[in-house]
Amino acid sequence: MIASFADPGQRTVQAPFGRALAALAEERPEIVGLSADLTKYTDMHVFRDAHPDRFFQFGMSEQVLLGAAAGLAEVGLRPFASTYSVFATRRAYDFLCLDIAEPRLPVTVVGGLPGLTTGYGPSHQATEDLAILRGCPNLTIVDPCDAVDLAQIVPALAALDGPSYLRLLRGAVPSVLDEYDYRFELGRAVAIRPGRDVLIVSTGLMTMRALAAARALEADHVDVAVLHVPTIKPLDVDTIVAEASSGGRLVLTAENHTVAGGLGEAVGAALALAGRAVRLGRIGLPDEFLAAGALPTLHDRYGLSTAAVVERVRQDLSGRAQRRGGESS
Amino acid sequence: MRTGLADSARNIRRYALEMGEVQGQGYIGQALGVADVLAVLFGHVLRFRPDDPAWAERDRFLLSVGHYAIAAYAAFAEAGIVEPSELADYGADGSSLPMSAMASSTPGMEISGGSLGHGLGIATGMGLGLRHRGSSARVVTLLSDGELDEGSTWEAAMACAQFGLANVLAVVDVNGLQADGATVLASGSLVGKWEAFGWTVRRTDGHDLDALVTAFDELTAAPTGPSILLADTRPGRGVPMFEDRERAHFLPVREDEWAQAREQLT
Ligand SMILES: Cc1ncc(C[n+]2csc(CCOP(=O)(O)OP(=O)(O)O)c2C)c(N)n1
Ligand SMILES: [Mg+2]
Repeated sequence: MIASFADPGQRTVQAPFGRALAALAEERPEIVGLSADLTKYTDMHVFRDAHPDRFFQFGMSEQVLLGAAAGLAEVGLRPFASTYSVFATRRAYDFLCLDIAEPRLPVTVVGGLPGLTTGYGPSHQATEDLAILRGCPNLTIVDPCDAVDLAQIVPALAALDGPSYLRLLRGAVPSVLDEYDYRFELGRAVAIRPGRDVLIVSTGLMTMRALAAARALEADHVDVAVLHVPTIKPLDVDTIVAEASSGGRLVLTAENHTVAGGLGEAVGAALALAGRAVRLGRIGLPDEFLAAGALPTLHDRYGLSTAAVVERVRQDLSGRAQRRGGESS
Repeated sequence: MRTGLADSARNIRRYALEMGEVQGQGYIGQALGVADVLAVLFGHVLRFRPDDPAWAERDRFLLSVGHYAIAAYAAFAEAGIVEPSELADYGADGSSLPMSAMASSTPGMEISGGSLGHGLGIATGMGLGLRHRGSSARVVTLLSDGELDEGSTWEAAMACAQFGLANVLAVVDVNGLQADGATVLASGSLVGKWEAFGWTVRRTDGHDLDALVTAFDELTAAPTGPSILLADTRPGRGVPMFEDRERAHFLPVREDEWAQAREQLT
């Protein structure tokens, strides 16, 4: 079963989260790491090996993991607590919500395998973590695109005096954004690529796919802009509304998450509330429990692969052309 | 009868190795480790009809450890619930035998696993419901020692005792392992913990078929409340080269080693 979302031959960086956290902890002695029997699987082992006296292994007990993270923060430490996204959100949400978010504690909950990044089946596919957490007051939510993003996000979250949730990309993580003039800024959406015909508003690893699709569509003379939205909450509504309502482009959102309750709905609501009549298409996972299998096959099947994004843009463009033709005749 | 169980255990190990080879992975260490326990459960303890997995009076076998699916499929094949030829499909896209057990995929799989710490809670409800409906069927749940870290397991443990569920039997594969390495919270006196929670407890060598049969017989003879068997097992058991390998949650197996493993199988 293939479990990497990196494309064959793509440049990758090993364990960028663990490296960034271990490096930052050199200067910040109050940073501590916690995991619930998923240290090796969330790249937390890099931190553990560098700072063994500041790492706490909780065994497979996600509720205590997040409760204890809150307790550590209450007494002046700066915890990063890692498990898989499904367990942080489904199993331990009450603890995240009331122990960490309500008191605005500086804790970063690190969720591995966000969205569809494993073929292991519904128990491990966190297809609705953003939907759950967007409803949590006080919580900052970040969905990085790649290793470049992650390396900048870790210090930004550590500097934040409040609770945050990081959608972790682990293992060999693609490096893409260093090819563009990109800098992560908490709470800011960033236009990574201009384009006249289509705007893709994307988050997480779907920005990588949107960029690849944009390049592929150049051959069709289709000009695709990509607006990367790494911070899901608070959402950069101003930039998103301004971009989406300018230039009369086809607008698509793209997220590694169910279409229910994620970026697509957030953007739709932002546009409606701003009074902008923009026709919006959503690229995301269907509102269903997904199959198990090889990850590349699943990304094709559920519309997240570059090829699927390219196809979707073509279809939506031709649908739009037909509608326009119909209107004018 | 014991030779029958020994044969079953060997067959379960062989089926598991065949599936492991198909996928090149799949928790083979756990499957080999728990094979003796499963042979005794399916060959001696559980009442079921192989050709009718929905039989209302069947004992429920709950695989709380969804990642042990490979072991369960092997036991299902040995018990006649799954055609051995179907095992070749293990883990393939769209297969009825996914790598992580799903009730919606596999006839005979009672619950969907993968997220650990669910089995005993569901067993509590099944035990309550069966007793309420006057059924004599039993609920048997296979847990791992890692699952003893989860609060949900202990909440259910207290509920089973509170309701006096004599029809609930839990079995723990005590292999000393979890994902990051050696067990973390579940060490210490397991027998004492479960007794303190109101359970009748036996602890045995999970590879001694006679001891397993005796323990299960004692626990199921005239239970007055929930009971539990703690089975000490060794990952990779039955394949010497795997037994000697450093204990790991994912036992690493090279492609060319599968054939050798099958030959070594004792
Ligand atoms: C609730 C939950 N948390 C974490 C995991 C990830 N996980 C899968 S297996 C495992 C180890 C659990 O211990 P155990 O079942 O005893 O491991 P084994 O003996 O198979 O090595 C972990 C932490 C999970 N599946 N479910
Ligand atoms: Mg174990």
